[in-house]
Amino acid sequence: MRTKNTILFSLISTFLLIFLISIWKILATLQGLNINNFNIEIIFIFGFLISLAHLIIGDRIKLFYKSVIFSSIFVFCDGYLIQKLPVWYNMGIFLIVYFFTNKISKYTFIGLKEEHSTQVILFDFLTLFGILFFSFVILFPFYMMLVTSFKTQIALLVNPLDFSIDFGQDIKDLFKSYFVIFKSYKFGKYIITSTIVSVGTVIITLIFAIPAAYAVARLNFFGKTFLSTSILIIYMFPAIVLVIPLYTIFSQLGLRNSIEGLLIVYTATTLPVAIYMLQGYFKSIPKELEEAAILDKLSWFGIIIKIIIPLSIPAISSVALYVFMIAWNEFLFSLMFLDNPNSFTLSRAIQYLSGDAETPRQYLMAGSVVVTLPVLFIFIYFEKYLVSGLTAGSVKG
Amino acid sequence: MKDTLANTEKKTAYILTLPAVLLVFSIILFPIFANIWISFKEVELKDIRIPEPRAKKIVKSIADEPTKIKILYKLRNSSLIQEIRDVSFQDNFPKNFKIEKLDSRCSFKKYSLKCEFGNWPAKYRENFQVIFSTNDGSKIDKQNLKSIKPKLDGKSNNILLNTNFTLKNFKKVLFENEFIDLLLTTFYYTFFGTVGSIVFGILTAQMVNQKFYGRIFMRSVLLFPYVAPVVALAYTWELLLDPNSGTLNSLLLNYQIIETPINLLGQKYIEISILGFDFKLRLALTTVIMFEIWRYFPLAFLFILARLQAIPKELYEAADVDGASPFQKFFNITLPQITAVISILFMIRFIWNFNKFEDVFLLTGGASGTRTLPINVYQQGFAISDIGMGSAVSIVIVVLLLMFMFFYFKLLGKKVDEN
Repeated sequence: MRTKNTILFSLISTFLLIFLISIWKILATLQGLNINNFNIEIIFIFGFLISLAHLIIGDRIKLFYKSVIFSSIFVFCDGYLIQKLPVWYNMGIFLIVYFFTNKISKYTFIGLKEEHSTQVILFDFLTLFGILFFSFVILFPFYMMLVTSFKTQIALLVNPLDFSIDFGQDIKDLFKSYFVIFKSYKFGKYIITSTIVSVGTVIITLIFAIPAAYAVARLNFFGKTFLSTSILIIYMFPAIVLVIPLYTIFSQLGLRNSIEGLLIVYTATTLPVAIYMLQGYFKSIPKELEEAAILDKLSWFGIIIKIIIPLSIPAISSVALYVFMIAWNEFLFSLMFLDNPNSFTLSRAIQYLSGDAETPRQYLMAGSVVVTLPVLFIFIYFEKYLVSGLTAGSVKG
Repeated sequence: MKDTLANTEKKTAYILTLPAVLLVFSIILFPIFANIWISFKEVELKDIRIPEPRAKKIVKSIADEPTKIKILYKLRNSSLIQEIRDVSFQDNFPKNFKIEKLDSRCSFKKYSLKCEFGNWPAKYRENFQVIFSTNDGSKIDKQNLKSIKPKLDGKSNNILLNTNFTLKNFKKVLFENEFIDLLLTTFYYTFFGTVGSIVFGILTAQMVNQKFYGRIFMRSVLLFPYVAPVVALAYTWELLLDPNSGTLNSLLLNYQIIETPINLLGQKYIEISILGFDFKLRLALTTVIMFEIWRYFPLAFLFILARLQAIPKELYEAADVDGASPFQKFFNITLPQITAVISILFMIRFIWNFNKFEDVFLLTGGASGTRTLPINVYQQGFAISDIGMGSAVSIVIVVLLLMFMFFYFKLLGKKVDEN
């Protein structure tokens, strides 16, 4: 039992080490280092030996010294005997092995004897592996988007794997792609259009949604249940089905290529979810406050302005942010309704840019960074509000 | 007294909800019915522009006669296919103007020239000329004359409003356009995209539900693909997967894992042999599904995480006392607790993936075996310019969706009964 568990533990931990080092090697390759081989066999042997040695040595040496010794041996063998690589690369390897030995430090021979110990180990390592794997898989495209926007066409052609950024160069050269898209491709204008459309959608949606949500949450009227269920069903309805009729109607009314047209469609498509989110919150506000207001002869308008809105600022901001993001990211309707470059939104402009095969990819990526950054900033800054917005159709039971 | 209160309440409710309801109905429900109407018509993109009578006004002075002026109207029918009936024309002039020669179709009263041009066939063009002189012999201000724009009006058939219906579009959609292939592609895309995103959602939620350093940060990172604009993400992926000097192919070539670049987004099939069995994998479709999963598993993650955090701790403590292993705990406690969320997620994501247009459109444009039904709506309606066909495909989508919802709720209802 003990041998089996020991071997399993060593194997699992070794795979984690291989994964960590492979990611580091990929990242190093993308900095222009000439690494042609993962040397998995060698890492495997070393990882296995380190895990075993760790178990055998146990507490006899302090963890810090143990980690430093293991890391140094590993770096010496990998970095100097097998392939000569720069110091920063070996520093990275050192830190990875140091991190690794720290991670496995809580496992001992005694612990391995316990019931389910292999499953516990597997679970722990899978979690760790998952965290690293998903972080890498998710962040890697964003990282590539950012670094590509700082490269030049020639540099990318010479070595498609060299994404190192030379920070020593002139700031004008470094941000060249950004200067170009703002100067030659009028991205400043598109940002303004996108902002007007998104903020406008938020304002109009709130003006329509707050009274409607209040009515659904508080008042009794014929057709209320029908209304609240149809809100959700409408939310499920596909935008692609609306495109052709809206296109024909908008063409005939002359609403294509206009901000007003986009505002109407965006408001209509975000209203159902906005009403749904708001009414859920309004229901949680104590009724007594309104009853007092009714005694004071406040009209419904007064109740909404003076009581409901001040009390539901968190919910309203969450709806506002959510709607803003939907409108900012929207692509289908802007593709259908806008064909005049003067009225493009950012998303549409980037798609238009990519339609020209001559457009260098770093311009495309610079545009992508410009359209992505505001959303990511808003998301990170207001995450608490937004997460409740994203789970709007949320789940009870 | 009570009655009137209830009545005012009702009235208020209608006033409060009416604007939102009207807007949503006119932009969402009305188009769905309009789709049915259009799908039974033969309409092309060029037919939907309403034909307009147009006039370009050119002002010319006449040599040696400063008190006279020649005005040329270039008249035309903007449409190449439809006629305009009863075209009327009106243009205004300064008070000191008098007309030299009047066309038989026109009248000049109160300093305004009115004409009835009758019917204009498609592509109709005419150069219509009038000569004016001034009463008092004063000089003519050409700029002023140019700034007054003539008004034209006419009646035309709106092809969308007539009652000629045909079943041609549906016949074409269902029997001529490789409908089965289209349906299968859509189904693969939807089903595997949905299942994949839910599986990854469960894995990541289970992961983040554990305690580790940087957990909050991890939760934000996991949501990045869901909140970032699809345009940016699709082009980044395209760049990563590009067969010529794309990052992924360059890396694989560099590590000698492959010998020739793989065109992940442009190749319909790839032959794979596993254990001696050769089979063809829909390569581009698989890649597109991967993107789909990558972009939408965060939603599943968020829903499932919220549910996981609501599971009472006592359940796990009891399991610990019984000596359950981590996997037993996962399969016997966690999974049963999240099945309800998963079934809701499955429905939501299935419906949304079924209608997903942007992702496939931006990555492949529907080429190399990735043409799904929504892509077909666009291709029929705008690439081939057949609005009627596009509408017919939309109707097929709606019908399939309604069928799916019906079966889903029936199955779900059965399950609830069993419990």
